[in-house]
Amino acid sequence: MAHIIVVTSGKGGVGKTTSSAAIATGLALKGHKTVVIDFDIGLRNLDLIMGCERRVVYDFVNVINGEANLNQALIKDKRCENLHILPASQTRDKDALTKEGVGKVLDDLADAGFEYIICDSPAGIETGAMMALYFADTAIVTTNPEVSSVRDSDRILGMLQSKSRRAEQNLEPIREYLLLTRYSPTRVKTGEMLSVGDVEEILAIKLLGVIPESQAVLKASNAGVPVILDKESDAGQAYEDTVSRLLGEELPLRFVTEEKKGFLKRIFGS
Amino acid sequence: MATPSLELKGASFTLSVLHIYSTDLDKFATELAAKVAQAPQFFVGAPLVVNLSAIESADLDIVAIRQVMQQHNLVLVGFTGANEALTRQIRTMGLAILKTGKAVVTPPPPHKETRILQQNIRSGQQIYAQNSDLIIFGNVGNGAEVIADGSIHIFGALRGKAMAGAKGNTQAVILARKLEAELVSVAGQYWLSENLAEHADSTSGCIRLDGDSLVFETLPL
Ligand SMILES: Nc1ncnc2c1ncn2[C@@H]1O[C@H](COP(=O)(O)OP(=O)(O)OP(=O)(O)O)[C@@H](O)[C@H]1O
Ligand SMILES: [Mg+2]
Repeated sequence: MAHIIVVTSGKGGVGKTTSSAAIATGLALKGHKTVVIDFDIGLRNLDLIMGCERRVVYDFVNVINGEANLNQALIKDKRCENLHILPASQTRDKDALTKEGVGKVLDDLADAGFEYIICDSPAGIETGAMMALYFADTAIVTTNPEVSSVRDSDRILGMLQSKSRRAEQNLEPIREYLLLTRYSPTRVKTGEMLSVGDVEEILAIKLLGVIPESQAVLKASNAGVPVILDKESDAGQAYEDTVSRLLGEELPLRFVTEEKKGFLKRIFGS
Repeated sequence: MATPSLELKGASFTLSVLHIYSTDLDKFATELAAKVAQAPQFFVGAPLVVNLSAIESADLDIVAIRQVMQQHNLVLVGFTGANEALTRQIRTMGLAILKTGKAVVTPPPPHKETRILQQNIRSGQQIYAQNSDLIIFGNVGNGAEVIADGSIHIFGALRGKAMAGAKGNTQAVILARKLEAELVSVAGQYWLSENLAEHADSTSGCIRLDGDSLVFETLPL
């Protein structure tokens, strides 16, 4: 049985696509056959971050419309054996996504033996975002430590409880996880940002991970390499922990307290 | 065969019953006028049955009663519970005598069980507990709304809006383990977050009405 995970947030630009790419890659690295789908029709970001934008021929909407079959549209990742990408269309409008169409593609992916299906949701609460979360078994609610992002995440949690397939069919509810991204302990200390504890208390869902604000993320997305593959980086390691927790491991949080500057850094700056 | 132009079928109707407790017609006229003034829309053209079971004397002017009712546009369907003498008077006027089936004339008011929710109420969600109390085991987030015709109990933080006594029940209360609400209201009287902050500093507490104004009480929760 395929496990469907939506990476969602409500608010835009909080790190959904970055997280989708990292988590999908992490799951594949652990040996699970994984596909990551871009639901952001019209923008198309995921293939850039995954470094496969030049290999896009057919897309998600082509498959829904029967203009291409899954095998033609799926892009096999070059770095990672078990990883596939289903890119979004840049030209279509969001209404191209229908419940029946999306459901059929997800069924076909499950039949093709995928263990994990990661859905990279667009921002907002419109069709695209609703389609991305509708079929989910698990939701990773990506949140920045600031009030408006937390508010939007709360809103999305309400949608997960009321507008998803599991809600409509009275099944066991979607498993909800909080992923706190772009976390800066320094700015938490100065009171510019909410702390992990604050956000956890307001949203009251299980914390899956905290990803620090990191230069490595921008560097990785410019290079088209998911940041989890940058094993030296703080963000890469934080995503690795996140994937392990998703698979059931208990790990302590890292990168949530201010880093002590070393002697050289103190003298020369960082 | 031609289709018949009439047919007899049984049906039952719910009618309002006006109980008369005194033979004093002046008193009857003023009190009825006051009743109608309270809810004029409800009474326009309303069919009514008059219950006379409280009247023992034969000395009641049925014609006058009908006149007073007509003045208020009330439609007198008939009488029930009248003593023998009055029944004769009613019959001669050509009005109906109705038998009350059982003692129950009006259906009992709807009684609903307390609505209990074991979940967090999220931004954008609205919960309404009609004709009942509402208990929430969880938080009510910013941008969420919980409404009850009775009282609201929140075993969690109230950060959104809570409206108790939505149909005007002034005895309703709002209880929360942590009061950080955007708005609290009881029977239409409300406090915004800044009013609330003057009383409760994200503590647990109870909001209720004291006369016309809201009051805050701490709770040992
Ligand atoms: N941990 C991080 N540290 C620094 N920058 C980050 C981090 N996570 C994401 N970013 C940056 O934030 C921006 C938005 O990231 P991303 O595209 O992943 O967000 P998104 O939620 O998918 O956005 P959208 O809502 O537009 O789809 C990008 O420029 C990305 O490089
Ligand atoms: Mg995105």
